[in-house]
Amino acid sequence: MSAFDDTRTPRVPFWNDPRTRSIAVQLIMVVALVAVGYELYVNASANLAKLGKTFGFDFWDKSAGFDISQSLIPYTSSSSYGTAIIVGFWNTLLIACFGILFATLIGFTVGIMRLSKNWLISRIATVYVETIRNIPLLLQIFIWYGAVLKPLPGPKQALNVGGFYLSNRGLNMPAPIFEGAAWMGLAGLVGGIVGAILLRRWARARQLATGEAFPYISVGFALIVFMPFLGLLLAGWPVTWDVPVLGAFQLSGGVTVNPEFIALLIALSVYTASFIAEIVRAGIQAVSHGQTEAAGALGLRQSSITRLVTIPQAMRIIIPPLASQYLNLTKNSSLAVAIAYPDLVAMGGTVLNQTGKAIEIVLIWMIVYLSLSLLTSSFMNWYNSRMKLVER
Amino acid sequence: MKRKLMGWAFAATTSLIAATAATAGTLDDVKAKGFVQCGVSQGLIGFSNPDEQNNWTGLDVDFCRAVAAAVFNDPQKVKFTPLTAKDRFTALQSGEVDILSRNTTWTMGRDTSLGLKFAGVTYYDGQGFMVKSSLGVDSALKLSGAAVCTQTGTTTELNLADYFKSNNMDYKVVAFEKNEEVLAAYQDGRCDVFTTDQSGLYADKLKFATPDEHVVLPEIISKEPLGPVVRQGDDAWFNVVKWTYFALLNSEELGVTTANVGEMMTSANPEIQRLLGAKNADGTAAGFGTGIGLSEEWVVQIIKAVGNYGEIFERNVGLNTPLKIARGKNALWTAGGLQYAPPIR
Repeated sequence: MSAFDDTRTPRVPFWNDPRTRSIAVQLIMVVALVAVGYELYVNASANLAKLGKTFGFDFWDKSAGFDISQSLIPYTSSSSYGTAIIVGFWNTLLIACFGILFATLIGFTVGIMRLSKNWLISRIATVYVETIRNIPLLLQIFIWYGAVLKPLPGPKQALNVGGFYLSNRGLNMPAPIFEGAAWMGLAGLVGGIVGAILLRRWARARQLATGEAFPYISVGFALIVFMPFLGLLLAGWPVTWDVPVLGAFQLSGGVTVNPEFIALLIALSVYTASFIAEIVRAGIQAVSHGQTEAAGALGLRQSSITRLVTIPQAMRIIIPPLASQYLNLTKNSSLAVAIAYPDLVAMGGTVLNQTGKAIEIVLIWMIVYLSLSLLTSSFMNWYNSRMKLVER
Repeated sequence: MKRKLMGWAFAATTSLIAATAATAGTLDDVKAKGFVQCGVSQGLIGFSNPDEQNNWTGLDVDFCRAVAAAVFNDPQKVKFTPLTAKDRFTALQSGEVDILSRNTTWTMGRDTSLGLKFAGVTYYDGQGFMVKSSLGVDSALKLSGAAVCTQTGTTTELNLADYFKSNNMDYKVVAFEKNEEVLAAYQDGRCDVFTTDQSGLYADKLKFATPDEHVVLPEIISKEPLGPVVRQGDDAWFNVVKWTYFALLNSEELGVTTANVGEMMTSANPEIQRLLGAKNADGTAAGFGTGIGLSEEWVVQIIKAVGNYGEIFERNVGLNTPLKIARGKNALWTAGGLQYAPPIR
């Protein structure tokens, strides 16, 4: 009976069955992975034990003992190691946000310049891209740091432009102090933003109905800028200024932007912008020429063609590689340590040096950068799916 | 495909096991590989500084050479790894270097929580401040409001915070990873003050284009006992390093120098006989060289190679060097200093 069955359906030996094979391979991989992980764990704990060290985050609450040059949250030398690491985290986030903003602005400008019909403009953009992206970033950071520090005068001879002091100690700005009814200014800001959104909605509806365009961008922008002022004026201008004053050694008071931050911001945005420029150029060039010609035939102006036809289509190509440039910028900000900018890596390194908690600190670094990257990329994915071609 | 994957997994696992196994004892490891891996600074005149041919010189360097001479009878069997202040302990903990001889301050925290052991104090130092003479500051207590450049991952950074806090002074710290970066920033005017161990201030001042325009302030704000460090839990190697240091001190105390070590071998002084491992009439040795895993003549090897502590000090940082540092606290206890070694007996 069975012999008969065998001839009807020739049995594949089980080791040649693709299903068994795939399960076997996966099993082996899992076992190997677990074995490697286990070995890493055993190895690390054996080596830690030999040095008389333990694994744990009990250092987090201990007093750090060192000061930090720039902090967005209250911090003194008696704050904890944990606070120091959080200070570093905020500093990383700060440089990443500003870096992404400026890199995008410079990158889009240069990318569009490269496509200019003006020979000089397109050549300048080409030279910029080819020079900047071919020089190592660390070198550029040092160059910019030197460029910020060396030519600027000392704090006593600081350049003073309308209450802003620029010296080799950084940029000292007057800081507004809001009192009493200053919430009116905030209300004005919120009102301005809401007004701008409503205005855009109204302008679009009117254009669809009558074909008449309304300059809602500039008017909306004006609303956002002027409404807070109006709010503050109505509240009787409850604002005083904390002005920088020259002490025995340097300027104090107001807001100080450290030269390290300035140099790092310039270096990161200029460097990343050179890549973004190429992405933007490629994106724009990928939009078929027929699209611009068709828009021209409809009688749109050149600026409207760029804004309404070319850029929206180019964005679909630009966004995915743009996202990875944003991730690069965030991760490259860890080079800050070279010029004394107290970012996450610098602070973590100092804590590591003092506590000897290498594995713990490296874990914190990995988790923070991974989360930042995942956050950035999920935001960019969301934006990408919004900009994607919607097929009807 | 399967075979390839399994191969990789196998290779990865065995290499990890190998990594765990290759940690017998540092002394045996060092003997097996034929040289001492010594962690030093990235350039500090008088302590550990490379010249154009990458020959390292300095007090910290000579200490490593002394250890190499004790183990191999050859002071050249050392390889130097320049380390930043921040990375130095990790390099030692992970086994990248066998000994850290890098103007490192002995503190309780480092001795107890980093898995390290300090073997001795090769240089008693203290933290000082340097400013530009043009500022007209003559005391560290007048530095309130100043920007201070320093190196991160150092006791300097911590003492600085303590000092300004306890004197109710305000300051702004700018902490760099490398000493050259600190110096460059200070010279570019980023800071008003440069602070580090006082020996370091004098050493770094020599590198300035215009050393005369800078002054070291009189205050010394901390105790900075600098010395060699080894990994915790390796007593044999710890003993070799510790007793190399003591041998250098005892040799100076007993008057054994590079020039006279040959004659001293036949000295009638039993202390010197024990120090130099001289043979008794019956052929047994008086010293303890084999006891710590070296040859009986290990001290002779050290002294022939680098001289005693006094010779090392004078050669690298003493009054006839550009640093012009007097023995001061680093004199032997017999001369009013703090350098004191247990007897070899």
